[in-house]
Amino acid sequence: MTSAAEPPNLSNFKDISSLRNDFPALHQNVNGKPLVYLDSAASAQRPQSVIDAMVTQDEQNHSNVHRGVHQLSQRSTEAYEGSREKVRAFINAQYHEEIVFTRGTTESINLVASSLGGKILTPDDEVLVTWMEHHSNIVPWQLACEKTGAKLRAVPINSNGELDLNEYTRLLTDKTKIVAVGHVSNALGTINPIEHIISTAHKVGALVVVDGAQSVPHIKIDVQAMDCDFYAFSGHKMYGPSGIGVLYGKKALLNDMPPYQGGGEMILTVSFERTTYNKLPCKFEAGTPNITGAVGLGATVDYLNSIDFDALSSYEADLLNYATEKFLELPGGRIIGTANKKASVLSFMLGDIHAHDLGTILDQDGIAIRTGHHCAMPVMDHFGIPATGRASFALYNNIEDIDRFILGLKESMELFK
Amino acid sequence: MNDLRELYREVILDHNRHPRNFGELKNPDKIIEGVNPLCGDRMTLYVKMENKKIQDISFKGTGCAISVASSSLMTEKAKGSSFEEINALFEHVHEMLTGDPTAAASNLDALDKIAALSGVREYPTRVKCATLAWHALKNAIVGSDDKISTE
Repeated sequence: MTSAAEPPNLSNFKDISSLRNDFPALHQNVNGKPLVYLDSAASAQRPQSVIDAMVTQDEQNHSNVHRGVHQLSQRSTEAYEGSREKVRAFINAQYHEEIVFTRGTTESINLVASSLGGKILTPDDEVLVTWMEHHSNIVPWQLACEKTGAKLRAVPINSNGELDLNEYTRLLTDKTKIVAVGHVSNALGTINPIEHIISTAHKVGALVVVDGAQSVPHIKIDVQAMDCDFYAFSGHKMYGPSGIGVLYGKKALLNDMPPYQGGGEMILTVSFERTTYNKLPCKFEAGTPNITGAVGLGATVDYLNSIDFDALSSYEADLLNYATEKFLELPGGRIIGTANKKASVLSFMLGDIHAHDLGTILDQDGIAIRTGHHCAMPVMDHFGIPATGRASFALYNNIEDIDRFILGLKESMELFK
Repeated sequence: MNDLRELYREVILDHNRHPRNFGELKNPDKIIEGVNPLCGDRMTLYVKMENKKIQDISFKGTGCAISVASSSLMTEKAKGSSFEEINALFEHVHEMLTGDPTAAASNLDALDKIAALSGVREYPTRVKCATLAWHALKNAIVGSDDKISTE
């Protein structure tokens, strides 16, 4: 989150402040006011190039992928596999077989929990999650533990919403087989020290599954440098389509894991006596995939490759700092999640006005925020609150958006005076 | 701001600030829990009843202004009412929040102060906040112990 050193080829990158123009959905009125979209952590808007790539796929190239001998099937296969290669390069995975297309982060984690968890966990083992996990990185592990008899443990967080790393080290034992942790917290914005978490887990022989849903749109990911065993993320949080996501897994691990779902695409031969499974990554892609979504995801990666992530980090940090400063000027303003290292997420309470009411009032001003428990009920329990309002800032937001947001909060206070 | 005043009328803001019949009831005949998982609201309804009539009623919990005000207004109206009257009120409230607006208008008199919630119908995502308490009350009088959830 430090300000970026001047990259040598800055001219190849787009100017961050101009990116807003690429997103058609942002240029509309909501309730008679220009839309201010501060809900990108739930789902981000898509640039025109991604929308166009999906329309082209549907208008001209759509057919089922793989095995088809005709032209359209070949085009679709090339586009689909081309996207896999783009994603591989984007996160610097070593092999394209390590990129499994899924419906999203949730399915990616369920795949690992079910397949890997089912294979390696025993009643003597433990799975370690954290208090700040999204429900999608808790419940799949609960299910895996119920099936195998393994125990689920959770690393606590401190009052700033940071992981208690001493407790982490204490909870990490030779019983720990899997550590499942979010890179960035959706409810708090906390950026976890992921390299430290991974290397420490590896020392006791545990495998690490990273929920990257909230990090991929903000941080340049290098899975080899990070040395994670699995990395899960979603298209729609990174300005791409929904219904498509990625599971990265180390090749040797994926090879050893049993299939997650059975069906077409994932087999080599089928008879009633015996089925042999396809090679990676097809082994984990049963059935006709979300072809258009994958093509859209490829275009999303192209779009993100045109952006300098150092400049983006610095831009988003400026937005967060400005919003934090302005918000704290409001009487009764309380920020939930004040970690030292934070992504551009502002989770907050305002006096005794319930977040749900704030959400409705801001919406009347054309301002979209998220309200509720953000699928992170343990986080809410930790802070002893039922819900927060959450404004999340993305590459297309600007200072005017934040001024409108603060003004909306002031109006809410006036109404509830 | 004007539209919002239609939703957050003074009666609602007042009942949110100072909810009536708030707190636990001693020796209740029924305790019903209600949750709105969408916004994290939790409310508990305490009811004393005799001869198919609500003798006493109170509620406790956290929620948005619509949910708290609706619970407060509901307890005010329900106290002393017969089950039959409650059932009729339940239908009127439902009609007011989700039904045909012209038909609903004719019932607003019967609803008295509760009619202040009529603005909620313009905010479909908030209707559940207003109905949670009523569903809990309905469960109390039909003798169900089921936890209420808006989802």
